[in-house]
Amino acid sequence: MRARFSAVAAGVLGVALAAAGCGSTGNVSSNSGSGSGTSSGAKNVSFGSANKQLCSASVNTAPKYANPIGTIAGGAKTLSGAGSTFASPLYSTWASAYSKATTVTVAYGSIGSGGGVAAVQASTVNFGDSDVGMAPAEIAAAKGGPVLQIPVLLGAVVAAYNLPGIPAGLKFTGNVLGEIYAGKITSWDDPALKKLNPGVSLPSLPIAVAHRSDGSGTTGIWTDYLTKESPAWVSKLGGPSKSSGKTIAWPVGIGGKGNEGVSAVVSETKGAIGYLESDYAIAQHLTYGQVENKAGKFIEPCIATIVPAVNGVTFPSNLNISLTDGSDPGVYPIAGTSYALVYQHQASKAIAAGLVNFFAWVLTAGQDLNASVYYAPLGAGLQKLAYAQLKKITVGGKPVA
Amino acid sequence: MTAPAPVSAAPAAAADLRGGRRYTDRAFRAAMLAAAGIVLLVLVGTAVFLVTSAWPALRHYGFLTFLGSDRWAPSDATAGSTHPNPYGIVQFMYGTGLTSLIGMVIALPVAVAVALFITEVAPAWLRRPLSSTVDLLAAIPSVVYGFWGIFALIPALHPVVNFLTSTLGKVPGIGLAFAGPFFGVSYFTAGVVLAIMVLPIMTAICREVFATTPADEKEAALALGSTRWEMLRMAVLPRSRSGITGAAILGLGRALGETIAVTMVIGNSVLAITTSIFGQGATMASVIANEFTEATEPFHLQSLFVVGLWLLIIALVVNVAGKLVVRRTRADIA
Amino acid sequence: MTAPLTPRAPQAPRLDGGDAGLTRRHARDRAMTVLLATVMAITLAVLAWVLVYVAAQGLKYLGPAFFTQTPPGNPAQVGGGYANGIIGSLIIVGIATVISVPVGIAAAIAIIEYPGRLGAATSFVTDVLVGVPSIVTGAFVYALWVTRFGYSGLAGSIALAIIMLPLVIRGTAEMLRLVPVALREASSALGVTRARTIVSVVLPAARAGITTGVMLAVARAMGETAPLLLTTLGNSLFIQANPTQRMSTLSLQIFGDAITGFQSAQARAWAGALTLILIVLILYIAARLTGRRLTLTRS
Repeated sequence: MRARFSAVAAGVLGVALAAAGCGSTGNVSSNSGSGSGTSSGAKNVSFGSANKQLCSASVNTAPKYANPIGTIAGGAKTLSGAGSTFASPLYSTWASAYSKATTVTVAYGSIGSGGGVAAVQASTVNFGDSDVGMAPAEIAAAKGGPVLQIPVLLGAVVAAYNLPGIPAGLKFTGNVLGEIYAGKITSWDDPALKKLNPGVSLPSLPIAVAHRSDGSGTTGIWTDYLTKESPAWVSKLGGPSKSSGKTIAWPVGIGGKGNEGVSAVVSETKGAIGYLESDYAIAQHLTYGQVENKAGKFIEPCIATIVPAVNGVTFPSNLNISLTDGSDPGVYPIAGTSYALVYQHQASKAIAAGLVNFFAWVLTAGQDLNASVYYAPLGAGLQKLAYAQLKKITVGGKPVA
Repeated sequence: MTAPAPVSAAPAAAADLRGGRRYTDRAFRAAMLAAAGIVLLVLVGTAVFLVTSAWPALRHYGFLTFLGSDRWAPSDATAGSTHPNPYGIVQFMYGTGLTSLIGMVIALPVAVAVALFITEVAPAWLRRPLSSTVDLLAAIPSVVYGFWGIFALIPALHPVVNFLTSTLGKVPGIGLAFAGPFFGVSYFTAGVVLAIMVLPIMTAICREVFATTPADEKEAALALGSTRWEMLRMAVLPRSRSGITGAAILGLGRALGETIAVTMVIGNSVLAITTSIFGQGATMASVIANEFTEATEPFHLQSLFVVGLWLLIIALVVNVAGKLVVRRTRADIA
Repeated sequence: MTAPLTPRAPQAPRLDGGDAGLTRRHARDRAMTVLLATVMAITLAVLAWVLVYVAAQGLKYLGPAFFTQTPPGNPAQVGGGYANGIIGSLIIVGIATVISVPVGIAAAIAIIEYPGRLGAATSFVTDVLVGVPSIVTGAFVYALWVTRFGYSGLAGSIALAIIMLPLVIRGTAEMLRLVPVALREASSALGVTRARTIVSVVLPAARAGITTGVMLAVARAMGETAPLLLTTLGNSLFIQANPTQRMSTLSLQIFGDAITGFQSAQARAWAGALTLILIVLILYIAARLTGRRLTLTRS
């Protein structure tokens, strides 16, 4: 009896283990997306011929800006920065190229614009980065005095979605996106979406809204656009001061940490929609849509449609301004920049020199690398304004550059 | 731990000691007691620092207002206004309670069954290997459970949950608690992961409780002709009720504090309580982990310390209660 | 005259339910046995599922590059490894061990060898400390240390040391209690001071058990992520061996990469998860084996 029982138990065990083993090797992590064959050509077919023309127009992605400041001697060998995940892929690219050129290592922590502002306020890093400029109250709370905000790139926030079988290029308007994020549109076959996309057979799948769980400049850009274009969004959140910013009281949805986390939610959840910086969507072969701009055209996010975002914009002296909802007919409406945050009055000469050297390089030679990760370089006008900020950095009262 | 057994004080040695050796002895004793003092300081320090860090928010909004609201909206906070409190923490307590409860409800019967199997049914040579193997579940780090949960567990849960939402979800009344849609990350998923994580500790306690059942009662039952299952039902389980309760409470206590695995599978929706267990939410631990390093709104960081303070209080109360219950059962049996 | 034969007793109902009842009871017994065995098998199957899944995913990417390289700057890029996390884990857990083991052993000695109110209070507090959530410990160390000295590997070590402390104390105290009183009495009868007795006689006798306790505490510390999020913040790109700076650990890197959507980052995270599980399991099993050898020799 005992022996027979042991045999039965062992048999059950064995079968269970075998089943677990077989089952798990079949469970390969399945990401959605159209596979690695999504070339920009195939995407443009779904975005329409007007966009194909816009996006294949040649843009000067290697402006080769001059660097009159040159290299200041005595700069620190390591710099630490933290902040925006929107800018993080480009900071990684810059850090890697910069260390090859100068042997200076720049460690950038991708923790979100909110985290970048907090780190700068507490002086736990040499520089921060935020896609939304620092408000006067935030600068007042900074331990080290006034903070310079230096735009370093131009990028786009795309509306990425996970709908098996649906190609890229779904059309969205600002109001429809606002209603989705307010929880008013809950299914992909809602009449509002069907009206915008007549030729597409949208499935009756519930919409899984993905948003940021951390303080995010990408959220700032996205909600700034929604506030301008979607009265439903504004009223659901209780007013324009609450419906726009780095931290939002999201009425619905799944929270992800960083652009990385939101892209994970979108790629792992069927029926998801999320707002992402374009590099994240492209690198993971996520499908994203075209958004209606102020001129009434549905525009695909690409470098050629990001560049006009600065057209007609008058930058204030602290360079802090929103770039969404541009008036140019060929502009992608959800574009933005990212501000490097540097204390104007530095305590250490080595750090100050190191920072000036790094950002002088970023604003000149570094801009030629932007397009490799799907950002646009700063236009000549904005680059000049940004570069001029470097001259304001002082140590002991004396400017470094 | 039970009270330490007294060790003989060796009075003879004290009388023999001369100056230097007595000094070393006293210095050594002082050092050992100082280490014990450090342990006390750590617990006291944790409580003190949490309270002092939370104090600005507690004073600004009032101690009770945190418990009076289930709306967590840091973007609503301004430095001046004190009412309403934008940092309501009720939904985090709900999330912690719900996920831990789901975990315990799933794990308790399994723990009892596994413990019964190991102590009563399995042959003697299998007992040690089986219990060590079950304990391995406790060794797996939380981050690995979360990672596995996203890619292995969630796809496996989809058919189960779809079945539940289409049946229980349609029942009027309780249907609200089981309503879809199910996007993978949810209170329920976190509860299932927690069940796996607390199983080892509950099994270990149940094992100890069953193993210390007096043998004569078991033999008496068998002598009367009962089958093994009847013996278990009559002689083992009734006496083990409080021990099993203690195991449940301690499992709950362990589940309350889990952070990373829960953060990865719960969906991180912090605004308010979500009625369906298949919806997204947050727990006290997960909101701290997610928002701590970028809490720049007024009183945001201090309010997270308030959440941490409550988490500490609840975890301590539950764990001490569980220990007392388990200790009492062992005293009964002895 | 012989007594009449006892008349046949009337057919009273049998207490065990009769032959049919017996079969029913046996069937129920067998069914419960099968049920218990099935639940046991399911539990083992879940364990196997987790381990096999992580191994299957991790082996796809695990290789020498994983241990020697740092992650690529752009997480979408394939390649790279967790060298900085592995080194960081070793350093941070190493420092935590150096902090917690002496304090833990000393506190256990205080509880067992110098019984009194302080010892009893310490024993109770140790049990309480086991139940403190690790994220709360992280918040405490943030308020205590990070606000003054910034994020650093050292802050992470302090948090991990606090988490390890009660485990070391418990393991050591249980071992010290097992050392026979006779050993201590013999030592003091020879005129050895109390301090010397503890250090030279009692501790070596408990050595194997103390090692077990320390190994289990180290295994626990290697797997921790939450308190490190609040104290050392991670350093995802570069190897940093200076504990006063921000450092990365294996657990932080796995967490950071696992929640991204990049398949290349997830591949690295799986390899990291496999490495972490292997380290923790090896420590766990080694601890169990030394513990087992201890009980075997004692009996």
